[in-house]
Amino acid sequence: MCGAPDQATISRDGIPTGETVVQGLVYNGDSPVSGGYVRLLDGTGEFTAEVVTSATGQFRFFARPGSWTVRVIPGGGHSGGDAKVDVAAGEISEVRISV
Amino acid sequence: MARNDVLVDADWVEAHLDDPKVVLVEVDEDTAAYDKNHIKNAVRIDWKRDLQDPLVRDFVNKEKFEALLSERGIANDDTVVLYGGNNNWFASYAYWYFKVYGHDNVKLLDGGRKKWELDSRELVAEVPSRPKTTYQAKDADNDIRAFRDEVVASIGVKNLIDVRSPDEFSGKLLAPAHLPQEQSQRAGHVASAVNIPWSKAANEDGTFRSDDELKKLYADEGVDFGKDTIAYCRIGERSAHTWFVFHELFDLDNVKNYDGSWTEYGSLVGVPIEKDV
Repeated sequence: MCGAPDQATISRDGIPTGETVVQGLVYNGDSPVSGGYVRLLDGTGEFTAEVVTSATGQFRFFARPGSWTVRVIPGGGHSGGDAKVDVAAGEISEVRISV
Repeated sequence: MARNDVLVDADWVEAHLDDPKVVLVEVDEDTAAYDKNHIKNAVRIDWKRDLQDPLVRDFVNKEKFEALLSERGIANDDTVVLYGGNNNWFASYAYWYFKVYGHDNVKLLDGGRKKWELDSRELVAEVPSRPKTTYQAKDADNDIRAFRDEVVASIGVKNLIDVRSPDEFSGKLLAPAHLPQEQSQRAGHVASAVNIPWSKAANEDGTFRSDDELKKLYADEGVDFGKDTIAYCRIGERSAHTWFVFHELFDLDNVKNYDGSWTEYGSLVGVPIEKDV
């Protein structure tokens, strides 16, 4: 498995058992941000992963239990934004970020 | 090599979009990205289908590489400019790969597809048609490619730089966090390796940090530039990014990319592994 999962098909059904997931939506006003760059930063602020939001503004990371920061990188017609999120083992944490 | 010889910016690319001797090549992990759109006149190389042997885990052989570049319309004297998503991970991999097969005139678009998109520059859907060529590759240059036995022999001797994220290095994650974590191999890192994530070498927009910032980064982490260096990650694409910094921006010869990387090393029997407990 080398390709990134399709960010457009996010649903709880598609998540392998046992995965710890941080996922969510990026909004600009009432509109989802498509093609936005979203990074996952660990508790020390270090880069862990980056994905591009789907056509409906969704993103997903396969993380580990703990505290994370999700950051939207500014550009492409929108500003940036950060959100803190905690996730427990095998759970799914959802976060909405407005930019 | 100087920075200007190996890195070009978006303005340079825009000025050469219609230059027949400059070939833009998009290389992505998400190989569907090109289908959606790409920089005008860019051709695609699929890092998996085009650059990996379908049977053995290895490069395609020299003849297949020649056939690939010939079919894409790339000539030996063309300037190849590589770019892609994921902060140029796979474009860096392709850069290193082109160097292994001896293509001299190859450059990276600084910041890759992300920087281009963040700047809202033009992307098109039209696929260019380039006349076929008769490309001739050189024999593979393994002076820039490390294999597993050399990595094991380098423990405690050479600079071993693990460029994965801290959580992968420490064994808490087995893959970058945009991928599911199911894997069979062990977690951790090569004994004696230092963790200097590739991301420290890049700005948030995907461009490389300045030469001074990069030199300070690795010096502060204790890297002895006088020693041989091997960089690795999970499958060799992020470490190609760091190889690019050392070999191309720092102009150091004694640097190799270990593309077997953690997916190979973490599955070997009996080799020394370290892991945070």
